Amino acid sequence: MELIIQGIIKAFELIISFDPEVLGITWLSLKISGTATFISLFIGVSIGTAVALNNFPGKRLVISLINTGMGLPPVVVGLFVTIMIWRSGPLGFLEILYTPYAMIVAQAIIATPIVMGISLAAIQNLHPNLRLQILALGASRLQMVWVLVKESKLPLLAAVMAGFGGVISEVGASIMVGGNIKGYSRVLTTATVMETGRGNFDIAIALGIILLILAFLINLLLTQIQQRQPLR
Amino acid sequence: MKMFKKSKIMVTLIIAALFFAVGTANVFAAPQQKNIILATTTSTQDSGLLDELIPVFEKETGYFVKTIAVGSGQAMTMGQKGEADVLLVHSPDAEKKFIDAGYGVNRRLVMHNDFIVIGPGTDPAKIKGIKSSAEALKLIAHANALFLSRSDKSGTHAKEMKLWKQAGINPAGQKWYQETGLGMGQTLSVAAEKKGYTLADRGTYLALKKNLGLDILVEGDAALLNIYHVIEVNSAKWPKVNAEGAKAFADFLVSQGTQAIIKTFGVDKFGSPLFFPDAGKKIEDLGK
Amino acid sequence: MNNILTLHDLIVRRGGTTVLDIREMNVQAGGILALIGPNGAGKSTLLLTMAGLLKPDQGKLYYRGLPVETSAGRFAMRRSVSIVFQEPLLLNTSVYKNVALGFKFRRLGNNEIKKNVEEALDYFGISSLAGRSAKTLSGGEAKRVSLARAFALKPQLILLDEAFNSLDPPTREGLIDDLRHILEETKITAVLALHDREETLRLAQNVTVMAEGKIIQAGTTAQIFNRPESGFIANFVGTETILEGTVQGSKAGLVEISVAGKTVEAVGDFPSGQNVYCCIRPENITVSPYRPEKTSARNVFEAKIQKIGRQAFFYKIFLDCGFPMVAYITVSSCEDLGLAEGSIVAASFKATGVHIIRRES
Repeated sequence: MELIIQGIIKAFELIISFDPEVLGITWLSLKISGTATFISLFIGVSIGTAVALNNFPGKRLVISLINTGMGLPPVVVGLFVTIMIWRSGPLGFLEILYTPYAMIVAQAIIATPIVMGISLAAIQNLHPNLRLQILALGASRLQMVWVLVKESKLPLLAAVMAGFGGVISEVGASIMVGGNIKGYSRVLTTATVMETGRGNFDIAIALGIILLILAFLINLLLTQIQQRQPLR
Repeated sequence: MKMFKKSKIMVTLIIAALFFAVGTANVFAAPQQKNIILATTTSTQDSGLLDELIPVFEKETGYFVKTIAVGSGQAMTMGQKGEADVLLVHSPDAEKKFIDAGYGVNRRLVMHNDFIVIGPGTDPAKIKGIKSSAEALKLIAHANALFLSRSDKSGTHAKEMKLWKQAGINPAGQKWYQETGLGMGQTLSVAAEKKGYTLADRGTYLALKKNLGLDILVEGDAALLNIYHVIEVNSAKWPKVNAEGAKAFADFLVSQGTQAIIKTFGVDKFGSPLFFPDAGKKIEDLGK
Repeated sequence: MNNILTLHDLIVRRGGTTVLDIREMNVQAGGILALIGPNGAGKSTLLLTMAGLLKPDQGKLYYRGLPVETSAGRFAMRRSVSIVFQEPLLLNTSVYKNVALGFKFRRLGNNEIKKNVEEALDYFGISSLAGRSAKTLSGGEAKRVSLARAFALKPQLILLDEAFNSLDPPTREGLIDDLRHILEETKITAVLALHDREETLRLAQNVTVMAEGKIIQAGTTAQIFNRPESGFIANFVGTETILEGTVQGSKAGLVEISVAGKTVEAVGDFPSGQNVYCCIRPENITVSPYRPEKTSARNVFEAKIQKIGRQAFFYKIFLDCGFPMVAYITVSSCEDLGLAEGSIVAASFKATGVHIIRRES
């Protein structure tokens, strides 16, 4: 219990003093996970919507695959990405192992199926005639998709938050592909693991608290957007 | 209509912010020549020594060093596959095999510190003050006293296994012998929690001493010397290895200036240095 | 009378089965056509095809004289035809924005949109709801918004797929009245898939009966209701005797209706001059071989039996008293009375047995 209090005090100290290393780690966490979430939003919503709105042979199979992807173990993703991008791997020429870019890639792979699966369900949940009604009002296909996406704002933003939550808290893949390099690929989660390993529990707890605060603030912002009612 | 504009603006802002963020995200894929992958051990990194040395090296040479801290065993595996450029490890027997197999070149002595056998103040196996570390381990085994092992193929673990062999004991599977599979710092925490014995490097012990409540019981045995070498990965086997960078870093480690830093590292924090610089010396002369 | 829509040999298949098979169909411009038939008859599929939302597997479709064969053609058709479904299908935004949706797709200017939207809201009496969130509306209000949205675009053809089904009777009444009004004023062609006989009678000039994807009868409303061409259709339209008449006057809770020169008395309260349909269920008509002197039945007519049709447990007597009537008589009664085709009989029914529907022609 004392340790937790120590941790809270340490967290306070680190935040108030604008400790540059902690600030750097926090900012990097946000950049990497933010970019990964953004990529997953793009790919996830577009493919999820496309699958939901179209009929094609094997649609059920594709949906099962997407749903399975939502539960991909992040560590397995990390291992797979590492094997792809290390020097002897097929993508080794990209030279992105142990860089934040590799972390963005791994996190995007983890988050995309989550966003895709939830978007898919959200669009499928709309009344089947709604799509027809919108087309009947003279919408082009693109306009129709845009209206449906806006109508699904609530679950889609939940999807974004789920994706973001999944990657901001991810550590296994991030360590593997990022290397936890100080000032370069060290983020809140990987730093927490390292400090714990060193036995610096107060710092570890402090970093954990900062991570929670960061996640809370981001989700607060997203929730505002999600819950905002159009009119009275 | 207004609502639509507002959300459009927000979206544009968020996109812009993210692009800005990604754009300024640190060193762009710096050309291969400028990156060096250093594979080293967790204890080396945890001591904080590299946090001191690497910025100096980077400033001097302009290289960017990616320090990947894993166990000695994994570091050498990385070297075997050409996934690292230079190794800083402390597992001499494994290192010799590594060099003999042609995976590494220019194995040079950098520094040493020592291992210590630590345990609870109550010392149930009565090993305090014993000169021979192997002897001490024998006593622990006979007393069925709790002993924690890292069991992770690290340099520390390799040393520990060597000592058991010397003592003629096979601890595997015994009830008093627990394998954590964790790094040094965490293993020390477990030992402290369970009031057991363990083998630790002095540096990590000193760094965590105040939280542990464990005492140094056996030290000074020549067998407990923990010797660090720097090895350049053989670029003949792996052309993608940054041979130039590796050599530059290895040269740096054994250079006078660096050795001076190593000599005084840790004194102000712990009262005694964590490492002893040895570049250029012969193995037999160490510790004297 | 030109046709706004023509279908030739149109076939739509779904999953191997043919769901729509129309040899020939014409929709008159400016008229109101009712599509009736049991569930699964293909009404919705037909409406979707007419809306340009479905591509037929075979056949030709002509809209305003020109063939519609490509997706571009269907897109152009969608911009000229409006469809309203059973559910209002409103977006989670204001009523105004919902009604303006079609214009947004066409990228019209704000001022023009405002004009059209306000006009449509006014037509359906919901101007006061413009700022309300669509999610807070009642069923009837939502339906009005959905209709306003369709009409605001000033379509050439409007399609309603069982649009009144989910409403309670008073709401439905009001809406049907308003809809009729608007269709009359604007002369927009309408095709309505309807479930209810009363709605059909009140709204439609022409009726097309469908079953199993095919058209089984088409004609004017009176034709379909009075001369159904098959037992199936007859059953569907209720086999009622439906007489066109005009209210002459009323007294003591009864109205007198002039039908083909004769007077029919019915229970009800309608103003003089009101055109009506008199609907009489066949079992409410009594047939006897001579005029009874005193019975409680107000309506007694001399009639000639045109035809006697044999059903399982009764006879269907087709009568002509100057207007056609259909009565059901038990087999035993028929034999007892010695009824035969050509017999002159007295056909009577109570005033309470006459069901009156307002008729606007």
